[in-house]
Amino acid sequence: MPTSKSDLIAMTLAEARDAIRAKKISSRELTGAFVSAIEKARPLNAFITEAGEKALAMAEASDKRIASGQIGALEGLPLAIKDLFCTKGTRTTAASKILGNFVPPYESTVTQNLWDAGAVMLGKTNLDEFAMGSSNETSAFGNVINPWRAKNSNVNLVPGGSSGGSSAAVAADLCLAATGTDTGGSIRQPAAVTGRVGLKPTYGRCSRFGVVAFASSLDQAGPMTKTVKDAAIMLKTMASVDAKDSTSVDIEVPDYEKLLEGGIKGLRVGIPKEYRIDGVPAEINALWTKGAEWLKAQGAEIVDVSLPHTKYALPTYYIVAPAEASSNLARYDGVKFGYRAEGVRDITDLYEKSRGQGFGAEVQRRILIGTYVLSAGYYDAYYSRAQKLRTLIKRDFEQAFEKCDVLLTPTTPGPAFGVGAKTSDPLEMYLQDVFTVTVNLAGLPGISVPAGLTESGLPLGLQLIGKAFDEATLLRAALAVETAADFKHSPAKWWSV
Amino acid sequence: MSVDKDTVRRIAKLARLAVPEARLEPMAGELNGIFQWVEMLGEVNVEGVPAMTSVVAQKLKWREDKVTDGNQADALMINAPGGEDHFFVVPKVVE
Repeated sequence: MPTSKSDLIAMTLAEARDAIRAKKISSRELTGAFVSAIEKARPLNAFITEAGEKALAMAEASDKRIASGQIGALEGLPLAIKDLFCTKGTRTTAASKILGNFVPPYESTVTQNLWDAGAVMLGKTNLDEFAMGSSNETSAFGNVINPWRAKNSNVNLVPGGSSGGSSAAVAADLCLAATGTDTGGSIRQPAAVTGRVGLKPTYGRCSRFGVVAFASSLDQAGPMTKTVKDAAIMLKTMASVDAKDSTSVDIEVPDYEKLLEGGIKGLRVGIPKEYRIDGVPAEINALWTKGAEWLKAQGAEIVDVSLPHTKYALPTYYIVAPAEASSNLARYDGVKFGYRAEGVRDITDLYEKSRGQGFGAEVQRRILIGTYVLSAGYYDAYYSRAQKLRTLIKRDFEQAFEKCDVLLTPTTPGPAFGVGAKTSDPLEMYLQDVFTVTVNLAGLPGISVPAGLTESGLPLGLQLIGKAFDEATLLRAALAVETAADFKHSPAKWWSV
Repeated sequence: MSVDKDTVRRIAKLARLAVPEARLEPMAGELNGIFQWVEMLGEVNVEGVPAMTSVVAQKLKWREDKVTDGNQADALMINAPGGEDHFFVVPKVVE
């Protein structure tokens, strides 16, 4: 039974849920502990908007519901929300100056599902601007600092990206769980480098309504949690069939938590040989091998598979994603909402200056790439070819899944790196997503599970990839990795002395 | 294919993005680096491969053509950087 504030915030989502249901703790008490932890953790810059007052009001309302016997699936549980999900009446910035003062008059479907289940919102977490980045260094609201530091080091590390505020918040015990979005790895990569769990569901599983769009054919919301079980609990509520998103798929949402049981005896786990790439540290490949052994020891069958077009995934992504982004971001023109430049000559000048001043460097770069690959004369050479490559990449997975049920790979090509270490060369930053981006192109579910520490004491994750809409099997395999890895590490709380 | 300063100026115009003159040259360099890297897609034979149109096998949903969430003019105006009543204010577009 938790007694101190530090015990309260260290609980898993499942533990907190059970403690609230058993009336051992109140939502007010739990939420209060998180609100003060968030205030103390400001050096991490994990939140763009703290919503302490609102959180306490939501917690009190939840406690009243509990007293009257109305208990939702996430009743009274405090969560952090990536600042890409529109929240009615609470500023939603996408970490961009262009949306710096935007207060949505509507709620995203995913967050509405969470509040309908009784959850409490602690605030809006920092991210790369419009989710474009892999280190949370493109935010207009400053870098997020990873709670983890290497052994005997005071060097600030990045928390991954784009959901870097969410990953830092989960790892630093600033929330029970957080929402993220994943377009090329933005849930799984930050989860991996902060030693926590990140799940990107199948495309179409969670509604995109009210989530600020980056690349609509790739974007998918998902949970970032302390454990696999917590991810199963969160996904059950986040996922829904939604009339407001025409790409939301009409498949009933199963009870993922119940389906976690049963073990992995006979599960066929594919090891794709193309994921063994040059320049990846030996300790990552060693951990990958160990992961396969863990699964084998629990009764899984290890199968060698091939995904021949893997090396083309990143360049394909850097055509498709910017193309869609350049189209999606055309709406920010300084007219109906968002930042408007002063002192303009005419309407075109208004558009150009508002966008030129409102978007940061990486977003501008991607808008230009996207505009170029969609422009007359280049469309076939770039965009059309990339869409064909996407078909081939998806086929690779379909063929591999004839031989196996899930795939096991590393999540990232390395652990968390230093702030500023990779910002001078865009390509070097893009390579962070080399193991995660294929999953988005194929629309599949993927999960990163913390699996070990580097010699320098930094967390590494293993990624499992599942068949479309088979999150249940994916989560069961993830639980097996989690159980075997027995990763119990947490960062030292250097920020709150 | 190589992107030069004039190309950057042209696509910036198409994208309605004010890129300062001093940024054009460095941006051309950055874009060239990226485009040279994606050139590797040229080595794949894509003959007869259909371009992907949807990542999940589902027909786009249709719905009845009727208003589902109307009369939101006030809500639509609350974030307008220039607005009067139910009108968005912009610089003069007709002389």
